[in-house]
Amino acid sequence: MIAELGAFALLLALCLSAAQAGLSAAGRGLNSPLLRGAGEGAAAAAFGAVAIAFAALTVAFVTSDFSVANVAANSHTDKPLLYKVAGVWGSHEGSLLLWCLCLTGFGAAVALLGRGLPAGLKSLTVASQGALGVLFLAFAVFASNPFLRLDPAPLQGRSLNPLLQDPALAFHPPFLYGGYVGFSIVFSFAIAALIEGRVDAAWARWVRPWTLAAWSLLTVGIALGAFWAYYELGWGGWWFWDPVENASFMPWLVGAALLHSAIVTEKRGALPGWTVFLALAAFTFSMLGAFLVRSGVLTSVHAFAVDPARGVLLLGILGVAAGAGFALFAWRAPSFAPGGVFAPVSRESTLVLNNVFLSAATATVLLGTLYPLIVEAVRGDAVSVGAPYFNLTFVPLIAAALVILPAGPLLAWKRGDLKGVLQRLWAAAGLALLASVAAYALYDPKKAFAALGVGLGVWLIAGALVEVAERAKLGRVSGAEAWRRLKGLPRGAWGMTLAHVGLGVFVLGACTETAWKVEAAETLALGQTMRAGAYELKLEQASSVDGPNYLAERGVLVATKGGREVCRPEPERRFYPAGRQTTSEVALCFRGLSDLYVVLGERRATEAGEPAWLVRAYWNPWARLIFLGPLLMAIGGAISLSDRRLRLAAVRKAAPAAKVEAAA
Amino acid sequence: MALLPKSPKARRRLYVVAAIAPVLAVAVGLSLYAMRDAVVFFYGPSQAQTQHVPPGRVVRLGGLVEQGSVVRHGDVVTFAVTDKVATTKVTYRGDLPDLFREGQGVVAQGAFDASGAFTATQVLAKHDETYMPREVADALKANGEWRGAGAPKTAYAGVR
Repeated sequence: MIAELGAFALLLALCLSAAQAGLSAAGRGLNSPLLRGAGEGAAAAAFGAVAIAFAALTVAFVTSDFSVANVAANSHTDKPLLYKVAGVWGSHEGSLLLWCLCLTGFGAAVALLGRGLPAGLKSLTVASQGALGVLFLAFAVFASNPFLRLDPAPLQGRSLNPLLQDPALAFHPPFLYGGYVGFSIVFSFAIAALIEGRVDAAWARWVRPWTLAAWSLLTVGIALGAFWAYYELGWGGWWFWDPVENASFMPWLVGAALLHSAIVTEKRGALPGWTVFLALAAFTFSMLGAFLVRSGVLTSVHAFAVDPARGVLLLGILGVAAGAGFALFAWRAPSFAPGGVFAPVSRESTLVLNNVFLSAATATVLLGTLYPLIVEAVRGDAVSVGAPYFNLTFVPLIAAALVILPAGPLLAWKRGDLKGVLQRLWAAAGLALLASVAAYALYDPKKAFAALGVGLGVWLIAGALVEVAERAKLGRVSGAEAWRRLKGLPRGAWGMTLAHVGLGVFVLGACTETAWKVEAAETLALGQTMRAGAYELKLEQASSVDGPNYLAERGVLVATKGGREVCRPEPERRFYPAGRQTTSEVALCFRGLSDLYVVLGERRATEAGEPAWLVRAYWNPWARLIFLGPLLMAIGGAISLSDRRLRLAAVRKAAPAAKVEAAA
Repeated sequence: MALLPKSPKARRRLYVVAAIAPVLAVAVGLSLYAMRDAVVFFYGPSQAQTQHVPPGRVVRLGGLVEQGSVVRHGDVVTFAVTDKVATTKVTYRGDLPDLFREGQGVVAQGAFDASGAFTATQVLAKHDETYMPREVADALKANGEWRGAGAPKTAYAGVR
């Protein structure tokens, strides 16, 4: 019964989305407040209907209703509750339902929260979002319906892939999709602006918070995915330049470029066409990502729920939506009023430069990701493009962007004083140089590029802090006055600082971990020891453990440093009978910002015939920073979002209120 | 350039061109340079034999792990990758991925030596038990050894 309710709600949502598109567009065309209101109501109702469908599927998973084909394929009665719920979005059908939930959710949010929006812009945005909803909901209803029944119903389900039964991965898809699909509303804003023929500061101010929200969610989603890869796959790696990873990274890069170009459009009225182009591109890359991930056209280690037949349909949706968007762009964008003029040395030109580098970096990632498809189409050879390509192309481009980053916020709009800015940054530059030299001197083996990377990370962090200090006039006014100034800084400024610091923290962690991690693998019998970096590991005991839905072998090791015991890692090797799969449960010892990472491998025998285990251990210096950095970036985004000046409902009237708050 | 708004101020346009052109040139140059070395070709065992892959060149080898071919000597594992027409012996030092199993698809990255044996530096794991790397599926199809029903199996129980 509950499945039928869900199927009905899904179909209803499709009809409501069609109504949303039609009524809102008609409301704009006929200039009728009634039709506009009806369109907004339909948007809210469509979200409600998808929410009911989503709840129905969740109930089917939680109650293990195996007469629903999707539940039977992805759930199991023995699975812990968290993973029963996570199973909802663990399959092709369920993840598409989550996608639709986010899509209609953002549409409803604009319809309900966007009170200050110009009526025409709002109606067209809601209409465009409705049209996107029709495309994806139609796909969900007709090609990927999660509510199909099985007859007869099996007694037991096939369970969720054990690798996905992990807390980080349970929450990875909701964040990731929130980000991916959050760009849909930005796409719709761009469509509306193109139809209205007006891109101005007010439009950019409306687009920014939505972009920021989507980008922050995507940041968390990618970081969770990387963290999962880091400790669940047991290779100690967190980024492999795999097509599926690149698919999520490209919208992130374009979103970051959009965030910065929207500032230029908002403050200076410049680059309207480029900002709209990026707004269209961000969601296009999201859809491209969905297609690449779901269709299996590219070989990926992370391919889940792959279905080539339905992948083609996704390609069709991508073609229709992006094709319409860019055709509209080509038709309307040339008529935009050109933006303001600016000097080569100014904050806006550093933001333009940021966009140039980010776009070029995105293009290299896109080329590397799609190159195997191109080669296969042209020459018929099967190839793959690995990390060396990306290290050679993406890394230098993005490093160049990071070198100029700290100067940007310090430069004034219109005409900046480069000499003054460089004078203010000399302390940060000195610190960065010192860090590079120290990293080169202290770490073994000596690696020049990684040492430069450490310097770059310090440069970003110190540069961001210098900017805050400058704003507070630290050292030039009394301490109390500086404190008052710091407290009076808008949250948007704090958000930016935090995001830039987060980037520096990430660079610091990524360079250190990549360059100086130590890997060791040895077959240990009970009581034997091995070394990993400065640590000595002794296998003390090994035992069998029964989990809720797995059997495991657990090793207990003792890690000592200089004879002192520092921790007892307990890695496991789990066997899940439901899917006949084996997974490794990594043991992580937090040593400050670094990790001691221990994996229990297969059981073997020593030459004497005693049981022994292959133990792999990694010393990952500063690995925590790799995940802390993106977290700081996302928190920075959230703090910026809470800024009064960007708050969704209060746009225009905010300036005096902010001053009152600062004075109080 | 056509993507940027047309401005009457030629000066600004010049700045933009001046900013973009070197970055674009560097990006294109780096991409072309990196593509020469970073692209890894994929072969099935029979392709690798007929096409004479130069020894030492990094390639990917894919196929099915032959039943009963996995032998361990301490840290070194040898196994045979087959596409049912030809078979290549693979040597790998280290721990195999958790999902490595006889009779299933595998992709190994490494190089052939002069005698035609393959030494893998990396054996790729797949996370989804129903997932077959596309190159492996294509290689098997090309040799008429494809046992799936026309297309790779879906993860959908009703169809499976």
